[in-house]
Amino acid sequence: MSDIKLACDVAEQVRTICDKHGNNPGELINILHEAQHLHGYLPEEMQCIIASKLNIPVSKVYGVVTFYAFFTMTPKGKHPISVCMGTACYVRGSEKLLEEFKRVLGIEVGETTPDGKFSLDCLRCVGACGLAPVVMIGEKVYGRLQPIDVKKIIEELE
Amino acid sequence: MKILSIHDLATIRKRAEHKLSLREESNEKVTEKCCGLASGTQHLQILICGGTGCKASSSQGITDNLRSAIQKNGIADKVEVITVGCFGFCEKGPIVKIIPDNTFYTQVTPEDAEDIITEHIIGGRKIERLLYIDPKTEHTVSNSKHMDFYRKQLRIALRNCGFIDPENIEEYIAREGYHALADCLLNKQPTEVIDLIKRSGLRGRGGGGFPTGLKWEFTHKQQSDIKYVVCNADEGDPGAFMDRSIMEGDPHSIVEAMCVCGYSIGSSKGLVYIRAEYPLAISRLKIAIEQARNYGLLGDNILGTDFCFDIEIRYGAGAFVCGEETALIHSMEGKRGEPTLKPPFPAESGYLGKPTNVNNVETLANIPIILTKGAEWFATIGTERSKGTKVFALAGKINNVGLIEVPMGTTLREVIYEIGGGIKGGKKFKAVQTGGPSGGCLTEKHLDTPIDFDNLLAAGSMMGSGGMIVMDEDDCMVSVARFYLDFTVEESCGKCTPCRIGNKRLLELLNKITEGRGTEKDLDTLATLGQVIKDTALCGLGQTSPNPVLSTLDNFYDEYLEHVRDKTCRAKQCKSLLTYTINPELCIGCHLCAKNCPADAIIGLVRKPHIISPDKCIKCGMCMARCKFKAILVC
Repeated sequence: MSDIKLACDVAEQVRTICDKHGNNPGELINILHEAQHLHGYLPEEMQCIIASKLNIPVSKVYGVVTFYAFFTMTPKGKHPISVCMGTACYVRGSEKLLEEFKRVLGIEVGETTPDGKFSLDCLRCVGACGLAPVVMIGEKVYGRLQPIDVKKIIEELE
Repeated sequence: MKILSIHDLATIRKRAEHKLSLREESNEKVTEKCCGLASGTQHLQILICGGTGCKASSSQGITDNLRSAIQKNGIADKVEVITVGCFGFCEKGPIVKIIPDNTFYTQVTPEDAEDIITEHIIGGRKIERLLYIDPKTEHTVSNSKHMDFYRKQLRIALRNCGFIDPENIEEYIAREGYHALADCLLNKQPTEVIDLIKRSGLRGRGGGGFPTGLKWEFTHKQQSDIKYVVCNADEGDPGAFMDRSIMEGDPHSIVEAMCVCGYSIGSSKGLVYIRAEYPLAISRLKIAIEQARNYGLLGDNILGTDFCFDIEIRYGAGAFVCGEETALIHSMEGKRGEPTLKPPFPAESGYLGKPTNVNNVETLANIPIILTKGAEWFATIGTERSKGTKVFALAGKINNVGLIEVPMGTTLREVIYEIGGGIKGGKKFKAVQTGGPSGGCLTEKHLDTPIDFDNLLAAGSMMGSGGMIVMDEDDCMVSVARFYLDFTVEESCGKCTPCRIGNKRLLELLNKITEGRGTEKDLDTLATLGQVIKDTALCGLGQTSPNPVLSTLDNFYDEYLEHVRDKTCRAKQCKSLLTYTINPELCIGCHLCAKNCPADAIIGLVRKPHIISPDKCIKCGMCMARCKFKAILVC
């Protein structure tokens, strides 16, 4: 295992989460949910810690982390932006909206701006199809957005 | 208090019925009269939608403002504010309903709260500006019963959504909740319950349409020390949100149905596999489980019998394939959600190798009412081979986006034009997509087809979980097919070759076509490859993934041909095939387009017609959105 760069208290908290779930490999997904909630993302080292606690290969943890869209190995921005790419939003123009976010922020989907302020992602349906197209920024839902609204929103958040 | 007998249940029901009677009565009678404290009404209730859609448009702020206005006016003893589940009419949310006069206020904002209290609740005057306006007559409609959106609906699975407080078990009990469970435990043998569900004709609402009673019977017949009941709440179909709404609006119906299922198949352990993206549904479900435990309706010796049952929650992590039952089971075991070949079916070997019965949320929501009202009652609704109702999430280019429930056999025309209020902006209907990424597109010629499991399959689509996305003339069907393929390629688990590689090739072909590099031969390849994937993929996801391509090829071949032969896109969606120009006769040279062009592609002198440089234009359409003189043309 490479040098531990993760803050000691975070590593300790992750170990506690594993203990809480009885170090049961069947609980892996629940453990990952809690660990990501704690730290915002799941860096390699954290996966190593979890693997050794559950006594399973790191490859298995990595396999699960990369399989599910909800888990991420890159830190999110201060304002994580998720553009809904569900069908209802798509037919009401979410693709153009996403293009505009990419253009204004100068990043691609899955990336974070160099200043760490914004990250851009797609998500599949938050179920607020009446408000389509929908963008989630942090916990807040923005509905019925048009590409021309994008710049203003970013400026407000900055 | 713990409910130990049918007598205890009856006592609670009596107590809670009183709270609901006001709502029940106003539900029965149709009145246009406005009630208020000034005109002698003794007691009023304000129901406010607490679903995800309305919460996103600040329904919580409305609730807070209503409560403080009630306090300020000192009428707290006469007026109650109750958060209920989704009313379904999401297009016009947030919704506020006043009981007893059944006034239905739409698109309410927190600022309207003060007026609702002073004008309506106290003064007894309806607030005209918040009433729904019937687009046909242009008159206001205050009672939801008179709205086209609700008139044709029959709410069975959604019976309690928008009616009861989902966080209050007693309101559920007042609606005959947990009576089906009591009746099963005290008066029926497990085989009798299974027989009843079989006779009702209920089929799985998750997509496949497998008879629920048969599924229960298979699991019941297995010999095992432990069996599992699993509720599939991993609603992955983008654009479908019925399961979420049921869990948010009526979580106890799921708890009760899982208990009944446990009793019938001989299981004492239930698991709900739910998407982590549904925080509100998770929290409501947790509350419901906790309340059921406190009332003794979950746990050991339920209602004083030998039957023990409890429910745990497992979280999904965003993988569409986990809606497939074998993949879901692997995911619950903490593994990658990859499907396995059936047989063995989960009924024989499921979660941790034990017999497991997996049912979808909407299927379960039907169970309690089938048991209380009888299999024969349920079997009278619907078509010959598809009984009961189906919930659809109506979305896309339609006037009334929302959640609807109609008897099986209702036609698409009724759903789109009567309930849905027709196409947005008076545009022309083009297609409706059902069944999500596994379904297909239906067109004008299918509008009068009665919707049921078999008819949709015959028409080249499928029921799926009930997403219904309406598209108009501005939607390019090749792009839509590409959109779905993009989804499948991303969601394919990669286990079997046809799905992993085949779908990728399909997507590449579709990209080629939408970018103007396609040939007629590509269309043949699409059709052949699509069929091969259909025949050879491992699981339901793979086998159905080419459906959007095959059905659009079938129904919109002309449009594909235009893309490959003429290199045009009639819906003006495929960027590479478009050119933006400025009509010099309409352009007044206001320079607004040039100022907003992100690529600096527009040049021209002030007050002189501008021109777009085709080399620089990135075809974002920003100029068109900005131009006030409709001078920008796209072809």
